[in-house]
Amino acid sequence: MSGITASGVTVAYNGRAVLDGVDLQVAAGEWVAVIGPNGAGKTTLLRAVSGALPFGGSVLVGDVPIGSMSRREASRSIAVVPQHSVIPNGITALDYVLLGRTPYIGYWDMEEVEDVRIALSALERLDCEGLGHRQVGRLSGGERQRVVLARALAQDADILLLDEPTTSLDIGHQQQVLDLVDGLRHERSITVLAAFHDLTLAAQYADRMALLDGGVIVADGPPAEVLTADVLSRFSGARVTVMRSPDGDPIVVPRRDQA
Amino acid sequence: MTGRTRYVGPGRLALMMGVLLGAVVAGLLVGPVSLNPLRVIAEIVDRLPFVAVDSGLTDREAAIVWDLRLPRVVLGAIVGAVLSVAGGAYQGVFRNPLADPYLLGVAAGAGLGATLAIVGGQSTGGLVPLAAFIGAVAAVTAAYGLGSVGGRTGSSLILAGVAVAAFFTAAQTYVQQRNADTIREVFAWILGRLGTAGWHEVRLVLPYAVVSVVVILLHRRLLDVLSVGEDEAGTLGVDPARVRLTVVLAATLGTAAVVAVSGLIGFVGIIVPHTIRLMFGGSYRSILPFAVIGGAAFLVLADLAARTVLSPAEVPIGVVTAFLGAPFFGVVLRTAVRRRTA
Repeated sequence: MSGITASGVTVAYNGRAVLDGVDLQVAAGEWVAVIGPNGAGKTTLLRAVSGALPFGGSVLVGDVPIGSMSRREASRSIAVVPQHSVIPNGITALDYVLLGRTPYIGYWDMEEVEDVRIALSALERLDCEGLGHRQVGRLSGGERQRVVLARALAQDADILLLDEPTTSLDIGHQQQVLDLVDGLRHERSITVLAAFHDLTLAAQYADRMALLDGGVIVADGPPAEVLTADVLSRFSGARVTVMRSPDGDPIVVPRRDQA
Repeated sequence: MTGRTRYVGPGRLALMMGVLLGAVVAGLLVGPVSLNPLRVIAEIVDRLPFVAVDSGLTDREAAIVWDLRLPRVVLGAIVGAVLSVAGGAYQGVFRNPLADPYLLGVAAGAGLGATLAIVGGQSTGGLVPLAAFIGAVAAVTAAYGLGSVGGRTGSSLILAGVAVAAFFTAAQTYVQQRNADTIREVFAWILGRLGTAGWHEVRLVLPYAVVSVVVILLHRRLLDVLSVGEDEAGTLGVDPARVRLTVVLAATLGTAAVVAVSGLIGFVGIIVPHTIRLMFGGSYRSILPFAVIGGAAFLVLADLAARTVLSPAEVPIGVVTAFLGAPFFGVVLRTAVRRRTA
């Protein structure tokens, strides 16, 4: 079980800095939500942390620099659920989840019975036990997202990176998916770093929130400290009112100024 | 249900081997001289190690089977297997259902390379296959580079391939015209149809074909991993660039070698893998092995059609495959476009 330590992470595309010295710590077993306006660099940060793109600065997984790990090693510790997963035409849910076993299969080898067993149990854990032989492309949005999560689970990594995992799901399915992620986190001590659009939802699940703006982290702390009307208006240009739920979680409500 | 038998089960294998066997037998039996089918089969069985059967064929008839029909059938099978599996491999690597050795310009590149080697003084052999391979690599590189301009959509790669093929064919024609003294040799090479094939051609192409097919088949699971795209394949621990390079080189090597003995034969790499896809699903673990068997059967049958429809004259086999393949291409294109816009 390991956490993530990012220090001074810098990423530039065509000479423009997208990330400009990001410092972020995620303790082992913690759930941290990355929030920020469109184009703030949330996806880029997740990709840098997963080792998918070259960056300046350092990212440690536990105490090992991600740059010193092979792709295979990295994929055994970090599972990634992208915002828009590519679903190959006609692939069945079981075959798709089996792709999660790739880091454990020799270059020219095939899956063993054990891999099939792990994939089936991942499907079962995500309430998809009946879906194994269905085509992923024909599942409903909620089912599909659970199958994608099952692939990440079959990867048996202790860090899970989620890029807006609930976009395009209705509110019931958003809650279902996030409850499942939270359950897995506690069961297997998984560290979760997730980019979110929906601030209220993020606040309900994350231990901490990090607000990314202009390529740096401008606020970092428990949801109640980061989600204030003042912080949000300063960095996202949003007009919002922050209220409290009966449980004390912040609720972010957009406000329309009267002309 | 292990990882192996889910894709290539005994039932599927028996079916495909049955089709291939049927095609081979038909290829041996049909020809200008009609032979007794049972005797032909007995003649082949007689040549197997540790088996002795008296076929009852005359020496002349045995020679027809052994020196004319069998090498032609075997060569057709090899060419078909390689072109099909190469087509499937290109489709997987480029994640493009329209990719085919012919449409990508690979075959034309091999043709130019071979022509240059022949006019440069190389006879058929020696450096010719190497030159064909270099030309083919140049063509696939150019098609891929040109096809990535403005995003990699299915049709831009194929448009680039058509342009590359046109360019290489034009260059090849020019080289031929300038070197009229060797033109006969070049034509023999480029149009070297299966009709003139003997065991010499089989021996020439077989090592390359085996290497190409084996390397591609070894990557069948990795091509499935690549089907989730480069980024996600990377997060699953696979280096997409390495897989792509290896598979493209293998497919190109095989294509260059078979073009060397068969001339330009199009669309096999589209027809066969897509038919397999429809029959057995979209995993490269079933597409690629069955493309080898199905491609062999398909080309043997196409060759059979090529030498019988206008008998005693022969239609070039590329005409037969294009006649079947072009409409097929249209169907694949329609489905691919519909899928993208859906």
